[in-house]
Amino acid sequence: MDQPSATEPDPEGSDDGAGGDAGGDRSVIRTRGLTKRYRGGQLAVDGLDLTVPAGSVFGFLGPNGSGKTTTIRMLMGLIEPTSGTARVLGRPMPRASRDVLPQVGALIEGPALYGFLSGRDNLVRYDAADPTADPRTRTTRVAAALDRVGLAAAAGKKAKAYSLGMKQRLGLAAALLQPRSLLVLDEPTNGLDPQGMREIRSLVRELASDGTTVFLSSHLLDEIEQVCTHAGVMARGRLITQGSVADLAAGARGRLVVTTPDTAETARVLKEQGVGDVVIAEDRVTSDPPDGELSDINAALVTAGVRVRGFAVERASLEDAFVALTGEGFDVAG
Amino acid sequence: MSQAEEIAFQGREERRDQPRTARSRRTTFRATLFRNELHTTFRRWRTLALLAVLAAVPILVGIAVKIETSDGSSTGGGGGGGGPAFISQITNNGLFLVFTALAATLPFFLPMSIGVVAGDAIAGEANAGTLRYLLVAPAGRTRLLLTKYATVMTFCLVATLVVALSALTVGAVLFPLGDLTTISGTQITFTEGLGRALLIALVVAASLTGVAALGLFVSTLTNSGIAAMATTVGLLITVQILDQIPQLHALQPYFFSHYWLSFADLMREPVYWDDLVKNLGLQALYAAVFGSAAWARFTAKDITA
Repeated sequence: MDQPSATEPDPEGSDDGAGGDAGGDRSVIRTRGLTKRYRGGQLAVDGLDLTVPAGSVFGFLGPNGSGKTTTIRMLMGLIEPTSGTARVLGRPMPRASRDVLPQVGALIEGPALYGFLSGRDNLVRYDAADPTADPRTRTTRVAAALDRVGLAAAAGKKAKAYSLGMKQRLGLAAALLQPRSLLVLDEPTNGLDPQGMREIRSLVRELASDGTTVFLSSHLLDEIEQVCTHAGVMARGRLITQGSVADLAAGARGRLVVTTPDTAETARVLKEQGVGDVVIAEDRVTSDPPDGELSDINAALVTAGVRVRGFAVERASLEDAFVALTGEGFDVAG
Repeated sequence: MSQAEEIAFQGREERRDQPRTARSRRTTFRATLFRNELHTTFRRWRTLALLAVLAAVPILVGIAVKIETSDGSSTGGGGGGGGPAFISQITNNGLFLVFTALAATLPFFLPMSIGVVAGDAIAGEANAGTLRYLLVAPAGRTRLLLTKYATVMTFCLVATLVVALSALTVGAVLFPLGDLTTISGTQITFTEGLGRALLIALVVAASLTGVAALGLFVSTLTNSGIAAMATTVGLLITVQILDQIPQLHALQPYFFSHYWLSFADLMREPVYWDDLVKNLGLQALYAAVFGSAAWARFTAKDITA
């Protein structure tokens, strides 16, 4: 598998480097039976078959402790898999690290910086670590990366004086030092204020529109919904599902939501009308959407003297999809 | 192993691991990480503090000798752990302060500072989380380890030269300079004495390569920089103590510190090479054994920090 590709005239920058893969599809990340069992027997990742299409913004979703970071570390060659294979940009990891990683920008488990160095010197150091980075263009590339994340003004400050949000931006800047084929961003909006989150999301969209594949891990469902085209859902070390975000959300039905102070009466009327799964939560009563006409339900509620303050069918979200898939809430795995 | 050899070795590694990348460009980029590593190390406040402490030792010794002998008497033989027969000569010739200062710092101050820098080399990066970003850059595990070792060796040399130069300056200010008498009793010129002092400084720096390799190995075992530093310095002290226990004389020739003070033999006429060669051979053995162990550990390690 390694030999034939070594004779390819231009192995760099070819997104469809998955040519050697069965199926020959344009996948940027492809794992088969990827498994990691830590010493001590804990199974962190269990038989992962992950496929990230080229050009997608792939949301890697799962509660804390579900094996997302272990997977990312295996993809980046930091952790050796116990079994299974991982191919990134069509080349096997961790064996092809030196050829693959210069084309990959990564933010893994938050930024890590040298506090005694300025923001600029931190980037210079990470760039110097990349043997393919040209030192003649280093200053320009570092300045451009700082500018892109909005840190140009704070570039000369020592990194220990940075706020968490600034550190996060500097970590992102390190991932953007070179043009990349793949960006791996692990919880990129952690520690950012709402304005910073919006900026990062628009940056991710901008990068994706340039053709960069973005692999974005998050435990925030709405974040994934807002920026991702595709998603994979992890729980307890297993990949439960993957596909386009639209397909995933379509797999789950929406919910009828009635906002009212008369919750008990509402629940009674709804059950009378034959809708299932009625749940009372504070001043909201939710249920499965009715099979019949919506307005009939509303009329029945009003006739029964229920003070209806809100009445709507909420679109199924990824969270509903997640709950439907796992039959449990989105909590930290034990 | 000299630094030039280190870098050459590093180059070979890169070529072997990356046969497909343009070679001509690679040669210009090869030393980039090493230069950045030196820059980063010597800009740390901690590194500068260690060097400042090392520079202060000759100043203290010089002033102490000056005060002790201000009434015209000569210093008693062997005062202050100053090593073989050097301290009593300082008042006659400031150059002897170089030998005295090196003899005073070699048992503890120098190796301790090497232990701090070497122990922190990998573990400190792991502790700060910067290790994962260096490896994803991708620095390459072998390349990063060799860069770290080359940097620690450079620090050995710089630390030793700081002691020597500080001692030479203090010696020149407080005491007369001139021709000097070797341990064997022969006279050599001041210039030749300076040459011997430089040679001694280089031998002292080389004596520290074993501790450097040991510290680097310990550094690959843990994700805590403090733990690695403490372990290395702890091992250093333990070995020094064991080296004093007569019952262990069969083991003592294998302790990295056993032949350290043999550098004094360079002040004999003719130079007595036996222990010097044993010392350098022992350091090379430590560098090979613990260097390989560090490589085996670091290249196979799961980076979870």
